[in-house]
Amino acid sequence: MNIIIQASYFIAAALFILGLKQMSSPVTARRGIVWAGAGMVLATLVTFFIPEIIDSDHVSTNLTLIVVAIAVGGGFAWFSGKKVAMTDMPQMIAMYNGMGGGAAATIAAVELLKATREVEAGLASSIPDALGADVTVLAILGALIGTISFSGSIIAWAKLDGRLNTSKLLPKQHFINAIVAIATIGFAVSVYLAGDLTPIIIFFALALILGVFITVPVGGADMPVIISLFNALTGLAVGFEGYVLGNAAMIIAGIVVGSAGSLLTQLMATAMNRSVLNVFFAGVGTGTVAVTDGEQGEMKEIQGQDAGILMAFASQVVIIPGYGMAVAQAQHKVWELTQLLTAKGVMVKFAIHPVAGRMPGHMNVLLAEAGVPYDMIYDMDDINADFKNTTVTLIIGANDVVNPSAKTDTSSPLYGMPILDAMDSDNVIVIKRGRGAGFSGVENPLFFADNTKMLFGDGQKATNELIQAVKEL
Amino acid sequence: MIEGLAALYIFMLAGFTGYEIISKVPVILHTPLMSGSNFVHGIVLVGAMFALGIAETTTEQIIGFIAVLLGAGNAVGGYVVTERMLEMFKPSKKESSGEGS
Repeated sequence: MNIIIQASYFIAAALFILGLKQMSSPVTARRGIVWAGAGMVLATLVTFFIPEIIDSDHVSTNLTLIVVAIAVGGGFAWFSGKKVAMTDMPQMIAMYNGMGGGAAATIAAVELLKATREVEAGLASSIPDALGADVTVLAILGALIGTISFSGSIIAWAKLDGRLNTSKLLPKQHFINAIVAIATIGFAVSVYLAGDLTPIIIFFALALILGVFITVPVGGADMPVIISLFNALTGLAVGFEGYVLGNAAMIIAGIVVGSAGSLLTQLMATAMNRSVLNVFFAGVGTGTVAVTDGEQGEMKEIQGQDAGILMAFASQVVIIPGYGMAVAQAQHKVWELTQLLTAKGVMVKFAIHPVAGRMPGHMNVLLAEAGVPYDMIYDMDDINADFKNTTVTLIIGANDVVNPSAKTDTSSPLYGMPILDAMDSDNVIVIKRGRGAGFSGVENPLFFADNTKMLFGDGQKATNELIQAVKEL
Repeated sequence: MIEGLAALYIFMLAGFTGYEIISKVPVILHTPLMSGSNFVHGIVLVGAMFALGIAETTTEQIIGFIAVLLGAGNAVGGYVVTERMLEMFKPSKKESSGEGS
């Protein structure tokens, strides 16, 4: 039996890698997740037959508990995952990721508890003596990382879901974070050295608090980086606990995700011209929402009718979607507008900033949902030179990613972030709900520029006006 | 059981594999891929099942139960969300070769 189990884990690990590989191309992506899913089912099923579990003193209770836990946890995730709107995807990923981190941490907790029992019974002198030094170190490390990822992801979820708006918990947050971090590491060491329960409990409590404290000050615009980082961290934690349990499939899957996630985090941070450390220690526009208006001139309003006509007679229209489009669920209307314009001979392109929305590729997913073919969608580097040939750039609910002060104003918190050069086009039409600043709280001079017209209103309603205008021509 | 040095090799090779996989990914797949990798570390479920399966005290059973609960949430949720996202990716009818990056 054991050889079958080991072989199944081996196949599962191979399927995970092949699946991820296929997920990295749009053509085969769908097949990739199915393969990885097959690997997961296989690994889960054979785990029921592990000899240690079957020979356990509490085999019937434990197996019942396992089945119930899978049914409850899996059932909750199944229904929430099916129900969630595409726009709320990022926070759901954050939540599922947090659950994974929590699972890794609780595995470590069980292992450490077992070891303390052996110490109490006099079978071992310390935890490393019971588990082995390497296992103990990785168990504690995995517990630390997993716990931080767990509580941090929950905070990320709450922030993105609009349940938590604060960027500050305490005065001198970074200073306090440093103290909590040092204390956590201190107790991690004492878990290793001592053999009883108390340091373990304090260690986990501190790690939970640390995850919360680290995530709360992070600015909303930096959320994608944080979610990606926690994803990588959970992967690492899973890999470490895989070593603790001697499970190669866990090690491989965990470490692959850990390194892929780290690279992805790095790519995202680079796209925003920030270092990962910077994201943690200097939240953009944190604290008060800076709604200072009127200091840079007047915003010029345009009606949907006029804007529609302008676009219908354009030679090229570039659409820049942002989080506002997601909130308004306007992606279907945008695609309808695109089809109408295309029928009138207008060249329509979509320009996606690497960090548009709340996650990289978030906008692509929404546009794909509406039916926009992915070859109409352009990355920042491919489209930026093309704005000069563009008659109308339509910005729907995007703000910071087109803010020219990122290029010109050294005092701006956005300074240095690469942006979409919307201001190079002949006309810019901005669909926006109100006059407030963007998610980062930074004022956008583009909205006051001479060639910019504001179309105030909810993204869905405003796009509808444009559609009507184009239809009536 | 995986012994120390062999595990170190696995760590290293898996690390390079992950790096290789993601280094050639078009931006449009970043979110699905993050979601997909989120699903893959749902393999933690297997470890959680093992931890609960060999639990001997009530405390261990309670913590193990939470572990399986969370792990199952990670695996199932990660799959459902990723699958829903990828289902939507379709090329336009005229040409399906361009990837936009």
